[in-house]
Amino acid sequence: MVDFLNAIVALLNYVIVPATSYGAQLALGALGVTLIYGILRFSNFAHGDTMAFGTAITILVTWLFQGWGISFGPLPTALFALPFGIIVTAALLLGTDRVVYRFYRKQKAAPVILVIVSMGVMFVMNGLTRFVIGVQEQNFADGARFVISAIQFRNLTGLDEGLGIRTTSVITVVTAVLVVAALFWFLNKTRTGKSMRAFSDNEDLALLSGINPERVVTVTWIIVAALATIAGVLYGLDKSFKPFTYFQLLLPIFASAVVGGLGNPVGAIAGGFLVAFSEVGFTYAWKKVLVYLLPTSLAPDGLVQLLSTEYKFAVSFAILVIVLLFKPTGLFKGKSV
Amino acid sequence: MTKTLRAPLLFLAVGLLYVLVGLTQSWTLALTVLNDGLIVAIMALGVNMQWGYAGLFNVGVAGFFALGGLAVALVTKPLDAAAWAAGTPRILIALLFGAGVIYAATRVYRAMAPGGRRTLAMTALLVIGTIAFRLIYDAPVTAVEAITPAATGNIGGLGLPVPVSFLVGGIFAAAAAWAVAKTALGLRSDYLAIATLGIGQIVIAVLKNEDWLDRGVKNIINIGRWPVPFEIDLQQQAWFIALTKSWGMDVQSGSTVFVGACFAVLFTAILLVILVLAELSLRSPWGRMMRAIRDNEIAAEAMGKDVKRRHLQVFVLGSAVIGVAGALYVMLHGLFAPVSYDDPLRYTFLIWAMVILGGSGNNWGSVLGALIIMLLWDEASSVGANALTYLTTAMPDGVIKHHLIDNAEQMRLPAVGLILLLVLRFSPRGLIPEK
Repeated sequence: MVDFLNAIVALLNYVIVPATSYGAQLALGALGVTLIYGILRFSNFAHGDTMAFGTAITILVTWLFQGWGISFGPLPTALFALPFGIIVTAALLLGTDRVVYRFYRKQKAAPVILVIVSMGVMFVMNGLTRFVIGVQEQNFADGARFVISAIQFRNLTGLDEGLGIRTTSVITVVTAVLVVAALFWFLNKTRTGKSMRAFSDNEDLALLSGINPERVVTVTWIIVAALATIAGVLYGLDKSFKPFTYFQLLLPIFASAVVGGLGNPVGAIAGGFLVAFSEVGFTYAWKKVLVYLLPTSLAPDGLVQLLSTEYKFAVSFAILVIVLLFKPTGLFKGKSV
Repeated sequence: MTKTLRAPLLFLAVGLLYVLVGLTQSWTLALTVLNDGLIVAIMALGVNMQWGYAGLFNVGVAGFFALGGLAVALVTKPLDAAAWAAGTPRILIALLFGAGVIYAATRVYRAMAPGGRRTLAMTALLVIGTIAFRLIYDAPVTAVEAITPAATGNIGGLGLPVPVSFLVGGIFAAAAAWAVAKTALGLRSDYLAIATLGIGQIVIAVLKNEDWLDRGVKNIINIGRWPVPFEIDLQQQAWFIALTKSWGMDVQSGSTVFVGACFAVLFTAILLVILVLAELSLRSPWGRMMRAIRDNEIAAEAMGKDVKRRHLQVFVLGSAVIGVAGALYVMLHGLFAPVSYDDPLRYTFLIWAMVILGGSGNNWGSVLGALIIMLLWDEASSVGANALTYLTTAMPDGVIKHHLIDNAEQMRLPAVGLILLLVLRFSPRGLIPEK
């Protein structure tokens, strides 16, 4: 029985808790991608760099607050710098839309052209981020590190395995739940949100019923800025911030959005968790859990790790390809333009 | 400016820019940039075949480029007898077995009717196949990696002459492209882009982690070259010492310039061969068919063209060209460093910027775009720092000023992005438009 409890705790500690917070971060990122796809109808390659930019601004404001000696007890200062990061990112995205994307929207350019345009935007944003904050890794988490540390947990329960829950994991999940709830309330209950959904479902009918497309697009970019910055800051708090890592997040984020069905917000969330749990599940060395569950004679020799952690991209990619081949519109009904 | 004169004049202007680098900075630098430029020009030709001829969106360029480089290491390095004895054959058998399992799975998928039984059979086949694969594969890999890991620790190579590796580089990339095309080419444009991005990342992850294959992060060094001599050998030759004296240079920098020039001649020759072949194919009935498919797939299909097959063909061809470029790149630097490819901005998206700037669908345009953007990219650090030092002379000395100058090199990213955006907006057909 104790062995079984130990196995559960090890599973929670190494798989479920990390995968849940990673999944929440991916879900928020994928929501941004999916909203752009639904409303503006292209896959935004600049999304990873939007996240990086928003996070960089938030880090700068965090440093400013820390310089002023402002801190928020156990909570990381970055959480309170977040609104400023969102405002600056929203301004950047709206500016980009005004000078870049709007032209192609008026022309009704093919989606593939917009994807290439977003590659150009990606270059600019990537350089901007590196120029603002440099290419180095930044750790900006402060406040309390653990809600409960592995040692405290062991002393408390008397089990061999410890369960450490980091503050950032809790913050990630709580923030993600709040943000998603707010987003769905907005999309389902408010007039603007409903007009966004109408625009996404059928552009012509939406225009016919008097919905102002520019307003829908503006609101979309603002929401995307908020989602991207929050996702980026949560990821940075949980791990660390490095512009290149954020660029690489593009693949799991796209995978999450596509797996769920591009343009479908519920799908993006489900996709985010599916990708996160698969990545962690395939790259975790299961030996630690199995030694508690199996009799000693059957104890595994190796690490029982299906793939080395470096191959986590391969997992997101494999899921992506399998879903695209067998269910091209995603697990939840997405759209295709 | 008449249309016929436009391209030659643009090439002349770019050539003068390279000469200017040689005169104001150094000829070594000018040749370094030129050689990089010629190699990416070959890459750009490959991307142009896929995108310009056929409208296929490949953003896994870095992966195919790296595979071409791997070929040089595997072809030219001497045979490693110890590794062979320790398990190279078993690794190869394991890989063949893995490929067999995947093939069997696709056969099962095709042969059985959709439903729960098919899913069950596929899953069972793949799970058992994976376990069996690991049983064959793991032991010899550990054994091979244990052999003098500081010096080799991989399967070595075939000990064949360097030029063979150019061909093999193309074949490696083509084989990978074939596998990608078989799974992903049916996808819509932006899905294909995401899928190729993933493939590229995976190829690089494999190269970085499979030490038995290419030493992973430990790199493979001392790679041979052909037919260009090594600097160190040149410096011993009496005729060469006399030659550098007549140039008024010391032997050391003279040999660097000479070797750089030799490489430039070789790369130009290879580039021209590929360029001529590409131009001939574009003007042939095959090229017209490709463009017809690109411009209207449905109409082409109605005319009886096999769109899927043609897409597969051009995707494999374009990737092979990228693979050849990858092989040349590794030979030029004498080093295969898998980690360095993990930079999609430099090795994938930059190539795209070149193709778009030069003019999608125009081979000469791709070469021109490559030479321009490579120059900008390589010069950004020195020129950018100078420019920012000049621009910030009025600023008080402090953290911000140092930050600006230190990060000047990063300005090349927004510069490339701006070029891309400006071209797309104001001249979407590029510098030398497709005819």
